[in-house]
Amino acid sequence: MNLQGLSERVPGMLLIGVLLLLWEASVRLGWMVSPTWPAFSSVLAVFWQNLSDGTYLSVIGSSLRRLFLGYFLAVVLAVAIGLAMGVWRWFYLLAEPLVEFLRPIPSPAYLPMAILFLGIDDTMKVFMVSFASFFPILLNTVSGVRSVDPVLLETGKTFGYGRWQIVRKILLPASAGFVLTGMRISLAIALIVTVIAEMVAGNSGIGFYVLNAQRSFLVPEMYAGVIALALVGFALNKIFVFVESILLRWQKGVQDVII
Amino acid sequence: MSAAAAATSSHGADGALAVSVRDVHKSFPTGLTALTNVSFDVSDRGFTSLIGPSGCGKSTLLKIIAGLIPATRGEVRLHGERVDNPPDGLIYVFQQYAKSLLPWRTVLGNLMFGARSPRAWHASKAPVTEADCMEYINLVGLKGHEHSYPSQLSGGMQQRVAIARALVARTRVLLMDEPFSALDALTREGLQDLLLKLWQDMGLTVVFVTHDIGEAIYLSDHIVALAGMPGSVAARVDVNVARPRHQISTRESASYLELRRSLYQMVVGREA
Repeated sequence: MNLQGLSERVPGMLLIGVLLLLWEASVRLGWMVSPTWPAFSSVLAVFWQNLSDGTYLSVIGSSLRRLFLGYFLAVVLAVAIGLAMGVWRWFYLLAEPLVEFLRPIPSPAYLPMAILFLGIDDTMKVFMVSFASFFPILLNTVSGVRSVDPVLLETGKTFGYGRWQIVRKILLPASAGFVLTGMRISLAIALIVTVIAEMVAGNSGIGFYVLNAQRSFLVPEMYAGVIALALVGFALNKIFVFVESILLRWQKGVQDVII
Repeated sequence: MSAAAAATSSHGADGALAVSVRDVHKSFPTGLTALTNVSFDVSDRGFTSLIGPSGCGKSTLLKIIAGLIPATRGEVRLHGERVDNPPDGLIYVFQQYAKSLLPWRTVLGNLMFGARSPRAWHASKAPVTEADCMEYINLVGLKGHEHSYPSQLSGGMQQRVAIARALVARTRVLLMDEPFSALDALTREGLQDLLLKLWQDMGLTVVFVTHDIGEAIYLSDHIVALAGMPGSVAARVDVNVARPRHQISTRESASYLELRRSLYQMVVGREA
């Protein structure tokens, strides 16, 4: 990012700073007095303490482990099934109605069933994350494969490549942009579902931490946990965008748009 | 090879046939008939152009020869072997070069796609290396651009990449579907001369589809004119214009102009 890009960021950063100052002032100047509304500075102090004593490392670490297990399972399955749906019309016709039936179900709705079948441990949470992350990647992969220009496929044929090689050398890279868009949407969903699953069942992870802090009237801890979660989501997206820009560096202007 | 087939072939070095098209007929499921009873030969190391007005089925015919789409009736043979699928020893060069290059691969990467293809392996039984690719990149005048992505190149340069990629696959038969039609006039003439040079130096066989009669005469030693809807062969003409050809003097020569006039009447006059 160049200097001009940096200076363009100033107003947005300033807005966040001003809002945090208003938060601090609202408590210090007595505009809002409530045991559920601590000063930002005390939230920050708790945040810092949890960060330095390793509490967040273990709490967020266990959440991220579930998140990535479920997410990568979803990526592998959705890309494979999406490619198959894109390549074989009969398979598309077979799977599409089922996908359209399952996809609109809000993920929290099948949480009670997941608990009945899989219990309250990691298996259930990984399943929840996987299931919810699966559909955006699947649908984008199918669209990606279907958007590949026939000329590109005929090029593969005239050079004598077989069906599997055309999938690997042409279809997969040609639909990478779509697949990555689906993966980006799913990464946000995976974080949401991880937190929900942790809040509903079990006793670890950042979701449980935030809920537990609220139940124990550890109000600054609750806010600090939410802020930690915001930072995790922000970092995940930044890392994803960075990896995406490397993978798609051949696309004109990608870097200009997203970094 | 029958005597009749030999008679219709043109200036092959030894009279051998590279491609023979026999009574090809093509109807689409929509009911549209694109081609009817098309027969002609392409001699080994010959340069044959297919000309005709748009809609006469010349691109369809080229795809049938390439084995990319099947003929409804009739047959195509490449070096005596019946073509049912895209055959070894032949590469199809697309008009839409921008869509035919792999946009996520550099120029060198695109050549490696050709170099590591089953076609290349069939032809040489030895791995084609990056050094080989560099040689072809130089040959088409793209030295210094090997690490560029297709989107960073002009149209003419992209089509050079597509040609180099076909050649690095060690193919000796090129089917080209209006490869220069989307380029500006100067770039087009440069590529025509490059193609003629490669054709002569490497002993290629070229089947070239164009709607530009002048381009067909300038490049070819044999022209097959298609006309009508569905398309059928309206004329088969030998091009008796001296080689080497030159963009100015060839196009001003009497034999060029005379052939151009008669072909124009055959192709366009019929249509009117």
